[in-house]
Amino acid sequence: MPLLVAAATGVAFLLVPFLALAQRAPWSDLPSLLRDPIVSDALRLSVVSATLATLVACAVGIPLAWVLARSDLPGRSVVRAMVTLPMVLPPVVGGAALLFAFGRRGLVGGPLYDGTGFLLPFSIWGVVAANTFVALPFLVLTVESGLRAADPRFEDAAATLGASRWTILRRVTLPNVMPSLVAGAVLCWARALGEFGATVTFAGNLQGRTQTMPLAVFLALESDREAAIALSLVLIAVSLVVLVPLRDRWWGR
Amino acid sequence: MVGSLMLAADLDVTIGPLHLDAALRVDDGEVVALLGPNGAGKTTALRTIAGLLALDGGCIVLDGRVLDEPSSRTFVPTAQRHVGFVFQDHLLFPRMTALDNVAFGLRAQGTGRAESATAAHAWLERLGLAAVAGTKPDALSGGQAQRVALARALATEPRLLLLDEPLAALDASTRVQVRTELRRHLATFGGARLLVTHDPVDALVLADRLVIIEDGRIAQQGLPAHVTAHPASRYVAELVGINLLHGDASGERTVRLASGAELTVADPLPGATVAVAIRPQALALHRHRPDGSPRNAWEGVVSDIEADRDRVRVTLSGPVPVTAEVTAAAVADLELVPGAAVWVSVKAVDLTTYLD
Amino acid sequence: MTNPVRLLASVLVLAVLAVPLAGCGRDDDGVRAITVFGAASLTDALTELGHAFEAANPDVRIEFSFAGSSSLREQILAGAPADVFASANEENMDLLVEVGAVRTPVDIASNRLAIVVPDGNPAGVRSLDDFADSSYLVGLCAVEVPCGDFARQAFARAGVEPAPDTEEPDVRSLLTKVAAGDLDAGIVYETDVRTADATVDGIEIPAAENVVVTYPIAVVTGSGDVTLAEEFVAFILSPEGFGILRRLGFGSP
Repeated sequence: MPLLVAAATGVAFLLVPFLALAQRAPWSDLPSLLRDPIVSDALRLSVVSATLATLVACAVGIPLAWVLARSDLPGRSVVRAMVTLPMVLPPVVGGAALLFAFGRRGLVGGPLYDGTGFLLPFSIWGVVAANTFVALPFLVLTVESGLRAADPRFEDAAATLGASRWTILRRVTLPNVMPSLVAGAVLCWARALGEFGATVTFAGNLQGRTQTMPLAVFLALESDREAAIALSLVLIAVSLVVLVPLRDRWWGR
Repeated sequence: MVGSLMLAADLDVTIGPLHLDAALRVDDGEVVALLGPNGAGKTTALRTIAGLLALDGGCIVLDGRVLDEPSSRTFVPTAQRHVGFVFQDHLLFPRMTALDNVAFGLRAQGTGRAESATAAHAWLERLGLAAVAGTKPDALSGGQAQRVALARALATEPRLLLLDEPLAALDASTRVQVRTELRRHLATFGGARLLVTHDPVDALVLADRLVIIEDGRIAQQGLPAHVTAHPASRYVAELVGINLLHGDASGERTVRLASGAELTVADPLPGATVAVAIRPQALALHRHRPDGSPRNAWEGVVSDIEADRDRVRVTLSGPVPVTAEVTAAAVADLELVPGAAVWVSVKAVDLTTYLD
Repeated sequence: MTNPVRLLASVLVLAVLAVPLAGCGRDDDGVRAITVFGAASLTDALTELGHAFEAANPDVRIEFSFAGSSSLREQILAGAPADVFASANEENMDLLVEVGAVRTPVDIASNRLAIVVPDGNPAGVRSLDDFADSSYLVGLCAVEVPCGDFARQAFARAGVEPAPDTEEPDVRSLLTKVAAGDLDAGIVYETDVRTADATVDGIEIPAAENVVVTYPIAVVTGSGDVTLAEEFVAFILSPEGFGILRRLGFGSP
């Protein structure tokens, strides 16, 4: 019984803000508010950049998780600590660090810009970079723990059958850790979708190019409360549409 | 049909407290069984040959090709060794069907999907598993799963097949059936086979040659019949169901047991404390004290009788606790029932002694 | 028989109730304190004024909260414990006057806009016209904040259609990006240029195009120490107070 009470308190704590939001929502004005290009631009940008960031995170993060979980390379604990760092840093600090690295006068960004004219900040790629920076740890750590829990002997069996490291990863290891993989990707996507501090500091804010939903909400709060609430509801709705169908089926098993 | 030398493995590797130091040889077409107690190093030996573990010293050569030689820094990774491995708990990939499991090795090495599937089907049929081709491992019985694992390993046509306690995970009745089938399948497959087991019956049924490993070293090797008839160590004696008694030397050829009974042996004793081995078949049962040559005779009480087709194992308690194996006719003739008294005798020459 | 969960709940409730009691105007050791809500562009000015006032009145402590003017406006409407409000535009102040949330406001200073460029003006920016040139990397404040709103007015007067690469949510972050060289130019206040003197250069905007910004200040009606609040406002309006403002680049109100 006490367990249920504690759980119910937790749910209530999470639920009440959403109810307050719904109660203040300008339901009658919602359709016209949502038709504003600001909303569609921000939503499109948010979903696209979060998805791209998750794809990048998977491409880089899954091998990284494998190295952390299965290899015996020296310095793994250092690498793991570095991977965890973006989760601990305030996102704005992360954004500032990204600027120092990839800005126009940055360590890497400077030479890159002088040589090719390519610039990460103030473009959607800057948004993707910022999102990936903050969301990658979620993917890596989740997949790493899944790999640790999985039985490595299946990989031995695959090796005796002549499978290359890449084939083993693709056909044996990954299917085995699929639940962790899905959980990690979802967490990564959700984190990227909600990212604000690093994005605004690194990529800037421009409607249609770098203004994601969280940015739009923040600015709308300054001038048009109702628009802010409308935008928030859209963001919540999109998140629910993605998160709710993923319950149970892929998280467990 | 045994051919040329296929596997020459001089193993020298240390894992925790175990130091494995053994030279194994397997010829083409031969089935060799590695037999030994838990922790003896049998599985370690297989893992080094498969490349899942690296040697500290020594050399592994398969079909003329060096797989692992620390002195020359040669190490061929597992995936390139072309060695098949059947694991103790089959380790079939859980999310693939039996067919996909068997086809895995072929596809991993570049064979096309359709071609691999056809070959895999053929293997499953050969092992009588065509009906379960589309089944996932968790829906297969223990025996079926193990046979699928065998098919999976054979499908890549390895030059050497390693089997790690292939029947250990099966229940008693399934084990008997699968063992017989395994013998048949191993006979039809070419190449060399090295199997690890702790069950002497597996070794006797399946192997052409037996290698006994104890504590990381080879204690004895040879034809199964010879090894079991002339066990060189206590472990083997206990393993093959030979009676083993412990006692102290009291004379050059006399052993005094804990009960006080004395046994006379033919050869001089190896030391002060000895173990005496008596094959069950060497014990004779009599209604009365036997006269004539046997110098070892005592009266015992039947405690258990176990029939195994036409041979009967009679367990006897008394001054010399042993199990004798006699014919059913003898049992009937002597009217042996549990609790009955009977005289037991054994010739001195049939007693083998070891330093204890 | 005390249920541990109920005990915990009671402790939490008591802790929550105790919090409002901690926010009163007078401290235990006789220190008088007020909270000043100030627009971001008044950060340096108000802080210095606060220190000067505290130096003259040792038993006084002034606490500041700096943010966008509309953000502060919303907080005051929601009942935040502010004693004084200094806004960067009249609109926000008027809204509070309308609902009686503040007493009669008075103007304390004025400011003007200026073009800010990185130290040395590496891109060679010269006037507002350059903001329409897409080959420059330029930033403005978001239109939702006063700085951005005023900048748009200036552009309207100059007949220029700006093409910004980012619209920063507050003037400080815009200034930081220009100072770091990540942007070629931005529109900030003259006072900001003077504050960041070492790292930036300023370019004057002609009077015909420029916008004059007036800063109103008012005592919040719900203040816990109206007397002290009015004393502080009076100090700001005094010659000493205005001397500080002038030194920082502000104009007369």
